[in-house]
Amino acid sequence: MGTEALLERLHAQYAPVTADGDSAEAPVGAVRSRGVSHGVLVLELDREALLDTVRALRDQHGFDLFLDVTAVDWPDAPLRFEVVWHFYSTADKVRVRLKTRVAADDAEVDSLTSLYGSAGYMERECHDMYGIRFRGNDDLRPILLYEGFRGHPLRKDYPKQKEQPLVPYRPPQSALVR
Amino acid sequence: MYGKRLPILDMGPGLAGATGVGSLPLGGGAGSASLARPGQSKAASFEFLTTRKDELVGWARKFSLFPYPFVTACCAMEFMAVSASHYDTDRFGAALPRFSPRQADLLMVVGTVTQKQAPILLKVYEQMCEPKWVMAFGVCASTGGFYQNYASLPGIDRIIPVDIYVPGCPPRPEMVIDGIMRLQEKIAASPHPIINERF
Repeated sequence: MGTEALLERLHAQYAPVTADGDSAEAPVGAVRSRGVSHGVLVLELDREALLDTVRALRDQHGFDLFLDVTAVDWPDAPLRFEVVWHFYSTADKVRVRLKTRVAADDAEVDSLTSLYGSAGYMERECHDMYGIRFRGNDDLRPILLYEGFRGHPLRKDYPKQKEQPLVPYRPPQSALVR
Repeated sequence: MYGKRLPILDMGPGLAGATGVGSLPLGGGAGSASLARPGQSKAASFEFLTTRKDELVGWARKFSLFPYPFVTACCAMEFMAVSASHYDTDRFGAALPRFSPRQADLLMVVGTVTQKQAPILLKVYEQMCEPKWVMAFGVCASTGGFYQNYASLPGIDRIIPVDIYVPGCPPRPEMVIDGIMRLQEKIAASPHPIINERF
């Protein structure tokens, strides 16, 4: 199956839910919008539909490689965090991107560790950097940060030069040091 | 020879006996006139040297630096370049890396040090025996460079004392060699605590 054909089929299957709910085909999940960006199919969906959508992508469409999970912080948006996943089909050489929005006080999505073992480390990193919790991943210890680090450094409200040293600093040695 | 010259007074065999106390025999002694090779005049045979003890120890130490490379980042490439035959730090006595801090006396911190690595760097420094010197190789080790964020240590002098800073991203090999030479001058000029009245 060619790239175009697969994209077309996915495009048709994941039609967005319209306001009155009469989607042309039965949607797998509550897909909010779809589109193609730089040759990558982009699906925005509700977080409740995530596991079913990913399972369908893996089992029916051959997206066998989990590439990444990360997040985007939109400080002024009501649903502040946009969690982004990437998947790749090694047979068809096609990528797909899933996005979902969560609020800052309820930053929790389902973990994909039950479907892709490799998701564990990246969910830990995303938890480090953005504070997104992954329901079902019971090992969210810091992976790039260290125990005792407070806050999530890639959030926009984290002060850019804030340091949390593990070793107490020596006093400045020179007047030139800030 | 570069830097400050070791003040050596070649007294020659005739004057040596008259000076007596305080002179340090190096490579010869009274009555060793036979060591002078044929064709070599006695005046140039260095049978006796006198110098200050402190400067003698400094002179010996500055040419026997044993570096411990604490190499963390891209400056490692430049460190390899300056260690290899083109630039050859062996000419300055600083070629043989010791991968145990207990056998090293020059800690070369090459590259960015993160907050997570800071305890490791401190432990390595504390494991080194005196006398010890520290070189911050590259701008990241010196000040943090353009890494001014949550992850990076803004200069290793925040946790350990630094003797010589070599800026640059990465520094040229000439700058590193200049840094080594300045460190050697510093070693030669500084007092050495092993020198006491019983030495």
